[in-house]
Amino acid sequence: MWDHEIRAMASTHAILAASVFMATVLPAVFVPGFSVYGTHLLWLYSVSAAVTVVSVAVFWLLGVTPPTKKHTLGYKLSRLFRSCLYFFLSCLFFHTLVVLYGAPLIESALETFSLAVLLTSLTTLRCLCVLGPNIQAWIRVFSRHGAMSVWDTCLQITVACTVVGAWVGAFPIPLDWDRPWQVWPVSCSLGALFGFLTGLIAAPAWIHYHRKHLTYKCK
Amino acid sequence: MSVIDVLLLTHTFTSGPRPREDKQTKKHPETRMKGSPVLSLLLLCICSLYFVGLYLFMGGFLLVRLEVNRTSTCGDVLQPGQEPVDFCHTRPRFRRAVLIIIDALKIDFAQFDSSNLAPRPYENKLPVVEEITSSRPLHSRLYPFHADPPTTTMQRIKGFTTGSLPTFVDVGNNFASSAILEDNLIHQLGQIGKRVVFMGDDTWESLFPKKFYRCLPFPSFNVKDLHTVDNGILQNLYSTMTGNDWDVLVAHFLGVDHCGHRFGPDHPAMADKLTQMDGVIRSVIDRLQNDTLLVVMGDHGMTDTGDHGGESLKETDAALFLYSPVPLFPGPPSQDEPDIVPQTDLVPSLALLLGIPIPYSSVGQVLLPLFPPHDQAEVAPTGPSQLEALWINAKQVNRFLETYSSMAKDIPPPRLSQLKAEFARLSSEYLATVGAGRSPSPQLTASMQAYLTSVRETCRATWARFNPLKMAAGLVILAFACLMCYVLSELSFVLIRENARRLKAPAVVALAVGVCVAVGQLLTHGYIEVAWCLAAAALSAELLFFWSVYRTRTVHVAKNGSKPPKWTNWLTRRRLLIPPILVAFLRCASLLSDSYVIAEGRVVTFLLLSLVVYTPVHLNWDGLLLPPSYDPLKSAGLLPSPALSPSFVRKESSTLLACVGLLVGSLYLSLSFHGCREEQGYCQPSPFLTPLSRLQDSQMKNLHYALSVVSLGVWTYLLRHCLRHYGNLNSSGGAVFTARWILPLLSTCLGLHWAVSATPEDSFRNLGEMIKLAQLLLPRAAFCLLALGLFLICLDPLTVFIKTRATASARNSSLPLPRYRASTGISPQAELHHLIPQIYQRMRRSLDDNEPSVGSEVDNRPAVEAYGLGTVYSAPLLLFCGLLTLGMLLLHPEGMALSFLLLLLEMGALLHIHASATTLRGLQSTYSGGFNVPWAPIVMWSLAATQFFHATGHLPTFPSIQWSAAFVGFPDGHTGTAVPASLVTLNTFASHILFAVSCPLLLFWPLVCEARGSRGGRAAGDEGEDAVMEMRLRENPQQFSSALLQLSTRYLFILGAQVFASVSAAAILRRHLMVWKVFAPKLIFEALGFVLSSVSVVIGVTLVLRVDVAVARWFKRLIPDSSR
Repeated sequence: MWDHEIRAMASTHAILAASVFMATVLPAVFVPGFSVYGTHLLWLYSVSAAVTVVSVAVFWLLGVTPPTKKHTLGYKLSRLFRSCLYFFLSCLFFHTLVVLYGAPLIESALETFSLAVLLTSLTTLRCLCVLGPNIQAWIRVFSRHGAMSVWDTCLQITVACTVVGAWVGAFPIPLDWDRPWQVWPVSCSLGALFGFLTGLIAAPAWIHYHRKHLTYKCK
Repeated sequence: MSVIDVLLLTHTFTSGPRPREDKQTKKHPETRMKGSPVLSLLLLCICSLYFVGLYLFMGGFLLVRLEVNRTSTCGDVLQPGQEPVDFCHTRPRFRRAVLIIIDALKIDFAQFDSSNLAPRPYENKLPVVEEITSSRPLHSRLYPFHADPPTTTMQRIKGFTTGSLPTFVDVGNNFASSAILEDNLIHQLGQIGKRVVFMGDDTWESLFPKKFYRCLPFPSFNVKDLHTVDNGILQNLYSTMTGNDWDVLVAHFLGVDHCGHRFGPDHPAMADKLTQMDGVIRSVIDRLQNDTLLVVMGDHGMTDTGDHGGESLKETDAALFLYSPVPLFPGPPSQDEPDIVPQTDLVPSLALLLGIPIPYSSVGQVLLPLFPPHDQAEVAPTGPSQLEALWINAKQVNRFLETYSSMAKDIPPPRLSQLKAEFARLSSEYLATVGAGRSPSPQLTASMQAYLTSVRETCRATWARFNPLKMAAGLVILAFACLMCYVLSELSFVLIRENARRLKAPAVVALAVGVCVAVGQLLTHGYIEVAWCLAAAALSAELLFFWSVYRTRTVHVAKNGSKPPKWTNWLTRRRLLIPPILVAFLRCASLLSDSYVIAEGRVVTFLLLSLVVYTPVHLNWDGLLLPPSYDPLKSAGLLPSPALSPSFVRKESSTLLACVGLLVGSLYLSLSFHGCREEQGYCQPSPFLTPLSRLQDSQMKNLHYALSVVSLGVWTYLLRHCLRHYGNLNSSGGAVFTARWILPLLSTCLGLHWAVSATPEDSFRNLGEMIKLAQLLLPRAAFCLLALGLFLICLDPLTVFIKTRATASARNSSLPLPRYRASTGISPQAELHHLIPQIYQRMRRSLDDNEPSVGSEVDNRPAVEAYGLGTVYSAPLLLFCGLLTLGMLLLHPEGMALSFLLLLLEMGALLHIHASATTLRGLQSTYSGGFNVPWAPIVMWSLAATQFFHATGHLPTFPSIQWSAAFVGFPDGHTGTAVPASLVTLNTFASHILFAVSCPLLLFWPLVCEARGSRGGRAAGDEGEDAVMEMRLRENPQQFSSALLQLSTRYLFILGAQVFASVSAAAILRRHLMVWKVFAPKLIFEALGFVLSSVSVVIGVTLVLRVDVAVARWFKRLIPDSSR
């Protein structure tokens, strides 16, 4: 059963990574003058959108999302609405956090917000997909014994990798190398994305390696 | 006023005096650990190890030279005979000179290779030099011109005008202005009445203010600008030359250097620039008259990337081209010409050619081919012959050497006496030769040259060369000291249990080794070099310490067999690879890059913020942030702790999160108080850094003043409130007097002082005298108050209010155990809260009376209520820091009051985060038995110290030092240097000092905060026997001492690691372009900051020990009293 889940996870992650790749390559075909550095915001949005769409679709198809208690349309709609709200709030949260970490407050606010959107689509969206709009559960997941399924562990790993990647991505900014990727927020978004991709690879691998030791409480 | 729960502290006096001390003395009859100054002494020893390491490294790295502020005069240039001849009024060889300095003119640029058919952009672009030297060999010569490192323009200008070897720190130099105070060519030319005209790089103007007859400076700061300076010179150069109102013309072109910085030498722009210079030289030569000497020179070279500053050959070898319309050299180039001319040699040569005295502190040697040989002296034009020139030069150098060695001792004495003997020999030989009228032997010339060369080499070895051995020794000692701190912090408990016996041997051995080395040096060399004695002592102490630790470990392992003692695994990887250590490591690593040093303020804030955010995340990861309500079954099954009330956990977590928010907010706000480095072109310094008196807009001024005063008021209120909250303002001791009266008075003084100093000079004309007086008196009164307050705190640090309750009743039956109380305040409510349990007690007592009493032998001992006992250690420390902060605020610009308020908030938030985290952790894990402070708060504390160094407007650069601090309370200046220096130091390192002094608060705060309710649940079982708050420290003196030792050694370890990183950066990157601009100032600031921090740590710990002594005495007084 575990092998099955791990396999599903690996293929999900492969699809996600492929979507990131396509989101980088496809616009280059259609949009003239597209490049990761030059039209960074466009690239950011295309990657965010691709990751969002693919995650939502895959997790919905896989049925990882916790079953809703009620099946009324109104309840589902309210869940959807709450998810969207959380998504937006999380963008604001990341924006604030990034500004507190030293991003310029007023100038290049758009860039900062785009980074926040990327971070949200890489982290919060996954939480939304796996756990639903339930902040209690989110907080619970990020504790040592909080994971209740393989997907929770996977979520822990990818989110941590993404955040750490974005954090490390800020390191080269003060250096005086005058490289195009040192421009705000290129290094951070690249760092976040590389962290995310690392997480995508690391999570199934880690779970596979530790599958003997992993035990989960029943939900 | 808020009232906290009544704290019951029961010390049963029935079984004699408090048993705790008895137990201790039974275990270790020879010691009373606490209160003894062992801890302070130990810390001082560790600090001195660091200091020795720093001293050694600085001695090898920072080349220090004393400036000799004497000038040569015309009279003291001695001619061969003893009769005084006025040197300046003999006719000089040249009346005028044109000095063209082409910045970064490398020797490769000036050489011409006709066989090179495909020259690179920088090759063969100055054909004029080759044309002239080949067509008129008697008139001109091209030499490689060897500059001494550091090859930066300012140091080089200093070098080729004074003839000395400038070092990084020329002591005697005024840091505030860069004017050259030593004797120099420009000064001498002015003395003799020559009109010096200068044009070009504006560095000269700041180096020689008001020394020029005419000065045309052009801005040199923008490296990307290739043409402004050069075009400015060219517009004026030719017209000046054809005019007649100049004697010496100095033109400093910057284009080549800027071109190198911008494009590198291998770029077409360089070709254009050099071609332009070729044209300049040609035009100047065309306009030269017969009495004029032309010198074209580069001040340094450049690397292949166009940079300079280091000491590679490419940077040091510049070009020197000499030309005169009349024959300058006695013959064509010959074999015995010098291959390379050191830059210092230009000074005496130019001086003698122009007929001025050689500058006093020049160590150069005359360029011999420029002077006629002795036998041709009659034929040749006026001026000294070769031998005379050498003699004048040698006499001047000898005189300088004598003066310098009488002032400073850095030239090795044996070398000095050798040089003196050599000079005596030469002088007698020369005088004999001249007296007899013989023609001098070539040996005499050669040995004079050898003498001059050896003097220069000696000086260079002393001033211009790193001493790698000393640097390495310093590094090793520092590294070992860091390691020692780490080991000590891990072993603190064991060490304290053994009463630091293990540390006595290293100290004794260190002393012995130091003395031995000193004696050895005295016997072999005849003099003592203190640095090496200290190094030997420190190193032996460290090695012995490590050996003894290692030995005890193995002995323990052997004794215990299979079961190694608990502390043997202190250096496991797991304990080092935790995020706080990682953050500290990143901080240290950031000191190795100039970009990060430049952006240090933001880097530190980033790291601190990361660590702060990490704290709740980590707590949540361990499942401690939220009450485990989601799984009641499990928590009930596995965690039997009854203390885990969800509401309490929730309260504690919300405190934690609120403090994190506060901290993050104040961190972000504090970013707006930063100053700006020269390298950060885009940056605007904080508006709060300008003193009020400089603000023009009066409305703005009022606003700033109001802000400052309000934040000062809030600051004082917060501090007092905190003290009152814990009931420390009730008694009548010295510390309480300070808190009640001196603290508000001091703040009032401060506010008034700001108001007075902000008053514009011209308003209130009739009150001018008063204002002046107030400017003088107010700060001085504040200083006096501060000193008085600090003294009172040290004298009587107890802030405990005792209330002796009368014996409950006349009957001496069955009293409940007498108890004293540590409470948090006296207020009506608090009284009420006390009253109710008392009434209850009485009722119980009266009920008890009916029973047969067990404790009837315990006769009526009065119960003692002690208010403020729970914070008896932290209150004086807090007050001490508060007073100190006010004193330091006085030295800052007014706007910094806001920043200091943020500092207080941040400190409080950090302490509360630490306290809450400790409480939350303590709830689940079993009681660990110690008061250990984990790494995370300590790292945060040290990061915050650096962060507030920046947030109070300071930067690790010399121009950013706030000199105005020296004039607070001394508006008319000083007579000595000690007072202003200490004021400026206090201003600069305010945050380092504050955070270091208040470091022990990290130990106390979790105990202080634990009163907020955890005890109620936790200690419910054994309430009667448990001490609370800081009395728990008193209960476990050993653990208290070891925790204090651990805390301070950990803090010293983090600080030491930072200073070690800075030292390594300077050592590794000593050839780096930015070493003198970024790394060396950073090193000096870091080292000074470390010295002050470590001393402050010792002061803080000593204060805690002083309080402990006072508390012990208080108990002693109390116990006989109450048992009587």
